[in-house]
Amino acid sequence: MNDDTRSPDGPEAPPATLNRRGLLQWAAATPAATAALGLGAAPATAHALPLPLTPPDTVDLYDVADSITQTAAPTMPLVRLALGADGVYRFDMPRLEQGTGIATALAMMIAEEAGVPLSKVQVSSADAQQELVFNQITGGSSTIRSFAPFIPALVTAARARAGLPPQAGTPRDPAQFKVIGRRTAKLDALDIVTGRKKFTMDLDVPGAVPTMCRMPSQMRGTVLSVNNRPQVLAMPGVLAVEVIPRGGAVVGIPPGVAVMAETFGEAWDACNALDITWGDGPMRGESDASIFAKLRAAIPPLLPAPLGTIAIDAEFTWRAATHCPLEVECAIVDATRPDRAEIWAGMQTPIVAAQSVALELGLLPTQVKAHVIPSGGAFGRRLFWDPVQVAAQISRKTGLVCKLMYHRSDDIRHTRQRPPQVHRVRAAVVPPTLLLPGKVLSYQQSIGAVRLDARHGYGEIGTALGGALPPLVAQTVGNLGYEEFFFKTMVHSPYHFGLSNKLLFPLALDMPTVSYRSVHIQPARTVEEIIVDEIAARLGKDPAAFRLEFLRLPRAKAVLQRVAGAAQWGKAMPPGFAQGVAVHMESRSFSACVVELDARDPARCQVTRVTLAIDVGRPINPSGIEQQCHGGIAEAISLVLKTGLTIRDGLPQETSYNQYTFARMRDFPKQVQVIVMPDLGEPPAGMGEVAMSAPAGAIANAYARATGRKPRHFPLNAQPVFTPVPPGQLPAVPAFT
Amino acid sequence: MPTQQFNVNGQAVSVEAPSEMALLWVLRDKLGITGPKYGCGVNVCKACTCLVNGRAVQTCVTKVSSVAGKQVTTIEGLAANGQLHPVQQAWLEMDVPQCGFCQPGQIMAAVDLLKRTRNPSDADIDAIENMCRCGTYGRIRAAIRRAASLMA
Repeated sequence: MNDDTRSPDGPEAPPATLNRRGLLQWAAATPAATAALGLGAAPATAHALPLPLTPPDTVDLYDVADSITQTAAPTMPLVRLALGADGVYRFDMPRLEQGTGIATALAMMIAEEAGVPLSKVQVSSADAQQELVFNQITGGSSTIRSFAPFIPALVTAARARAGLPPQAGTPRDPAQFKVIGRRTAKLDALDIVTGRKKFTMDLDVPGAVPTMCRMPSQMRGTVLSVNNRPQVLAMPGVLAVEVIPRGGAVVGIPPGVAVMAETFGEAWDACNALDITWGDGPMRGESDASIFAKLRAAIPPLLPAPLGTIAIDAEFTWRAATHCPLEVECAIVDATRPDRAEIWAGMQTPIVAAQSVALELGLLPTQVKAHVIPSGGAFGRRLFWDPVQVAAQISRKTGLVCKLMYHRSDDIRHTRQRPPQVHRVRAAVVPPTLLLPGKVLSYQQSIGAVRLDARHGYGEIGTALGGALPPLVAQTVGNLGYEEFFFKTMVHSPYHFGLSNKLLFPLALDMPTVSYRSVHIQPARTVEEIIVDEIAARLGKDPAAFRLEFLRLPRAKAVLQRVAGAAQWGKAMPPGFAQGVAVHMESRSFSACVVELDARDPARCQVTRVTLAIDVGRPINPSGIEQQCHGGIAEAISLVLKTGLTIRDGLPQETSYNQYTFARMRDFPKQVQVIVMPDLGEPPAGMGEVAMSAPAGAIANAYARATGRKPRHFPLNAQPVFTPVPPGQLPAVPAFT
Repeated sequence: MPTQQFNVNGQAVSVEAPSEMALLWVLRDKLGITGPKYGCGVNVCKACTCLVNGRAVQTCVTKVSSVAGKQVTTIEGLAANGQLHPVQQAWLEMDVPQCGFCQPGQIMAAVDLLKRTRNPSDADIDAIENMCRCGTYGRIRAAIRRAASLMA
């Protein structure tokens, strides 16, 4: 065996010409093996080497989180870290804690650097700090990556301000770490389990009045008239009924009618009692079928496969998806005085939120104070600040402090969605002959997707307005620029597939969209992983062995080898069950996943076991990493198997979790193993979004292997049949128990 | 407006509220008890789960008048005398929460389950319908098992 395939102190790498049995034998024979880290080198195949990726993948070198890190860097010295006389470091974190554990991880990094126990670090949520400019956006799995290089300087500066010399003796060898790399409970865990953690709607802002809305019969429809305002105003507890004004500085203010009342219960009753005549929105008449037809038409023809090759062609559809965080869209805004406003909300981009609300209220940016409240999930949704816009307008109009909460049904229908999309793929494969094993000559993937709203820019007004010229037009040159930039700096391929390209063709439909955890990556990479299995089948190769042969980077191979061993890849499965495998890289993290799927009823597939290996560079908090992996698994089960939005006449039909069936306890596998690869000195990589794609690909591939059906249209499982809440209405208050 | 009288977390309360109002809004908007969360309002997400006379109820679909004279326990009242409930203890040991929004309801559902059965089966746990968007289900399952052993 070639020396390259032997790790310095580990077991042997799997033989290069693996078939499934060979790999299984290897996996079984080397249980620990799986310590086979950094095995590295390309398999020394006796056959043709994979064709190098052409052009080389620039995402390896520069990605969207690099761009966020770069733009954030100049203002890092303005981030507030203070060392008190009590020896406590107080970090005013200019990011949104939305449940991904960044507050805990950053506190651990500060504690390690400062040489103090974690109990000596406190983290608060920074208000919008306009002087930070581009350095207060939470997205792109960038937070830990952006802060890692600056933690030493922040600690040094905090010590200097406290009259202390720079820290000394900070360990650089992971083996010496006292805080980093240890499983650590979240800082707010005790507050959460005792009910003390306060979300936006839990805040006791003096004078804040519960407010709910009725929203139009179509997405971004209009209010033509409110026909019974006096009657509704006379209802118990009702304080105000107001049409939400049109307009908007960066993005449009969501239309609807707001009701303020003594309690949310009374506001909801009053909303239900409103008689409103609705006008059409820009999506009038559009349904899933018409949208998918337009998306198909938006994709230019793929290049023909060269003579002598086999073309593997496929088309995939992903329905729109809603983020559906448990905490619905909400905000508190006090715009009761003419010369100032104050905001409380979970915001991923608080600076631009405050700046744009200032413009909408006719205030200076300095007259708006924005408090960032840790949120009950976000998943990209809170990159925009729609509820803040609404609450600001209602507060200004009524002279009351507005405590706005969307109904769940409007949180699904009238917020923002992951764009529906069509993917078309053509892989050109040189078939195997008696002498040669076959290879992949080219891989084309073209994506038609409803345009992604990216007018939040880098979280401040300049880049936002740059994306929003002309104002209030959904698709602009600026937005297209951001969209293509995000795509080209996020989506890449782990494989040597010769001439390989992924292209995004945004369709300028005026549908409210926003980034959704991992943005374009999860659908694009899931599709590629499905095709990888189909190519492997054409070449007569085991899916895992094929991947090991064609993966470009050693760390990607290492996670696959690790997971194949731990999951006993290739073991016999009962009829109707199958394993599936997939590999992924994103934000400098590498992951590989093997799932087991029960597909005895192909319309009700269940994931029964997941093994996921992840290399995040330096693991800061293994417990938090495992949590994010669990989240990625739940997300993958939901998007691949379980749910998607049904759009009919410009309106999603689903209004709650019994219709939009995101995974519940019974859907989550009872056997889940997350393997966090050890710290080998690589810098910390992205985490928040990176663990969706490998499970998603593995589930789809297991489905194909178990059922013999090609996974093409997501979600794969049968969808619930339900009677939709009528357009423009809220569900009735259910029969009380 | 009628006066509603019941007991919350060991305290007698008397509050002016329409009899038809959901207990959730009385707790949150009139009494300032914010542990129970709104997530759907239609008994689907279960984030509002509390205990009434020791049994789990969804307060978004419970008329306030129906709890007259009864004992309501919210997440805030679960730790008796400053001592964490074994379910809370297990939640901390397993580091269950991510964003935390659904967790009060999840914990109350688990407390209820462990009252009904000391050794819940996988099927019993699968029957918990509380929604978690962050994907904490695996750790919730482990924490319920841990709590069961703490309570044994």
